[in-house]
Amino acid sequence: MTAIHHEATPPGKRWSIGHTLTIIVLIVAMIFYLTPVFVMVNNGLKDAQNVSLSTMWNLPENFSGGGFVEAWNRLRSNMGNSLQMVIPATVLSALIGAVNGYVLSKFKFRGSDLLFTLMLFGFFIPYQAILLPMVQFLQTLNRVTGIQFYGTLLGLVLVHVVYGIPITTLIFRNFYANIPTELLEAARVDGANMWTIFTRIMLPLSIPAFVVVGIFQFTNIWNDFIFGVTIVQNPDAQPVTIALNNLSGSFSVDWNVVMAGAVVAALPTALIYIFLSRYFIRGLLAGSVKG
Amino acid sequence: MSQSTLAGAAAGTTVGSSTRRQRWEGWPSFLVLLPSLIVTAIFVYGFIAVTFWISLSNWRTLKPDTTVREPFGQTYLDLFAQPRFQADLRNTLIFTVLFIGISVLVGLGLAILIDYNRKMFAIPFFRNVYLFPYALSFVVTGVAWRWIFNPETGVNLFFDIFGINQLLASVGQAPLKPGWTTDPTVAFSVNGILEQFIPGAESLRIQFGLPVALIPVAIAAMWQLSGFVMAMYLGGMTTVSDEIREAARIDGAGEWQVYRRVIIPLLKPVTISVIIILLHVSLKIFDLVITMSGVGPGFATDMPAIFVFETTFKATRYNLGMAAAIVMLLLAASVIVPYLASSLRKSEE
Repeated sequence: MTAIHHEATPPGKRWSIGHTLTIIVLIVAMIFYLTPVFVMVNNGLKDAQNVSLSTMWNLPENFSGGGFVEAWNRLRSNMGNSLQMVIPATVLSALIGAVNGYVLSKFKFRGSDLLFTLMLFGFFIPYQAILLPMVQFLQTLNRVTGIQFYGTLLGLVLVHVVYGIPITTLIFRNFYANIPTELLEAARVDGANMWTIFTRIMLPLSIPAFVVVGIFQFTNIWNDFIFGVTIVQNPDAQPVTIALNNLSGSFSVDWNVVMAGAVVAALPTALIYIFLSRYFIRGLLAGSVKG
Repeated sequence: MSQSTLAGAAAGTTVGSSTRRQRWEGWPSFLVLLPSLIVTAIFVYGFIAVTFWISLSNWRTLKPDTTVREPFGQTYLDLFAQPRFQADLRNTLIFTVLFIGISVLVGLGLAILIDYNRKMFAIPFFRNVYLFPYALSFVVTGVAWRWIFNPETGVNLFFDIFGINQLLASVGQAPLKPGWTTDPTVAFSVNGILEQFIPGAESLRIQFGLPVALIPVAIAAMWQLSGFVMAMYLGGMTTVSDEIREAARIDGAGEWQVYRRVIIPLLKPVTISVIIILLHVSLKIFDLVITMSGVGPGFATDMPAIFVFETTFKATRYNLGMAAAIVMLLLAASVIVPYLASSLRKSEE
């Protein structure tokens, strides 16, 4: 009976020393997580004259836009490249994933799970294992079709769609698996076929899945480095992650510009995270926990 | 069963299909999947086959040469004899252990603290701050942490600010000034022990131990992914009902024991998923290291992914680069294939 006395105050109902201590730990952890953000924003805001390594923890002395103006001028066209690559690649890979996921969850056939697993393997491979043949393939496409794939954003869109299909298919498959099959059977009794069930019933129900897949793919493709750096050699045509790396390695660029550039390059995915964090969390859990 | 009926209906067959069970009803589904399957066959399996072929070939210069190199597999022997690649494998192993160890500990710790205080109003804010780095690219992470771990500035300034160096100076010690990613030291070298117990360990041409330059890289990677680990654990914790917690408390368990003896064991599947995902990140880590430290002093922070990239696209030693890529693939596959196979078995049950 003595234990009951202890149980009279479950956590959260009353303040305790345990809560105080753990909150302090959480605040210390928060400082750790915000430190790199502080370093980037703080030093990005400094002028070229005032940015120095020995004062990196000091606040800027005046607010004049610091390195942001030059960072934006240097990265603007690469930001545009990234957008031109990310938007079509995200939309296309989401649409293909929706169709695949629908079939793999509601119209299974013998061996469909195995085929899906073989597809999913493509998401987990280190891309180094396909990089050289992929470059050769794109170069061949250039010659055969006369359309520039290798060296252009078009080629990047193509590979991001192809290597995005496994994960978008997985997310949609898990999403559709939770939609009751009775709903489809009722529609079938009313004379709907596989395709009309998809367009009339499943697609309108899929808005949340499209948001999740959209965020997941946008973030993944925006943050990609390896495909961008191998497929596009021309600095003017490269996505922003590669341009930021070049900026950071260049000796002629002031340090405040590099920091501001990191903030600029991070901004689109950071804003998505800040405004859609609920869906973002759902997306990353959907993309990682296999059903 | 209802799913196969649906497929049958879509295929236009009669519902009472027991008489023609022989006929395959999956073809409309298969046709829908076919484009993705063809693309996967080419871009994943076909390209891997080409990579493997090149790794066995004579293609060592800009001029393509796809004849098989004699003796068979010699490129792989060359690869494993290279000190740089030996260092890469060591670094992968050490980095993986460091990075996964601290990420799981920090992520689980944060999840427990957040879950414990879950009724506090500011908790969603804390959670979102911890997860925020996951939205950023490794390139951004590398650029920021490169300066934080710069030997001339960054964290080292704190040793002055907090008076640690003054204290050391007053007792006649040199100031604390770690070189972080520029430090070539390999600590806890175990070459002697390896040579005693493993035949062939003499051919190891590197110091086998802990390259200290990897520690800051592991911290930066942990910064980016521990919030994700936390989110995975929090997702798992919501499935542990209040009744289970309450039952444990009535049995006399304190708050900490509820986590240690009840909740953490229930989260074992989450731990397995987390470790597999982090392994998959660490085995192919590339952009973070490129931006933060490069190959490092004496290849102290080099990684197989960088080796493949530089050997193939800069040094144009194609067969050697592709052999390293195949080694990377096998490492990843040894983790991923059992995982995929077990999920496949589950979904077929």
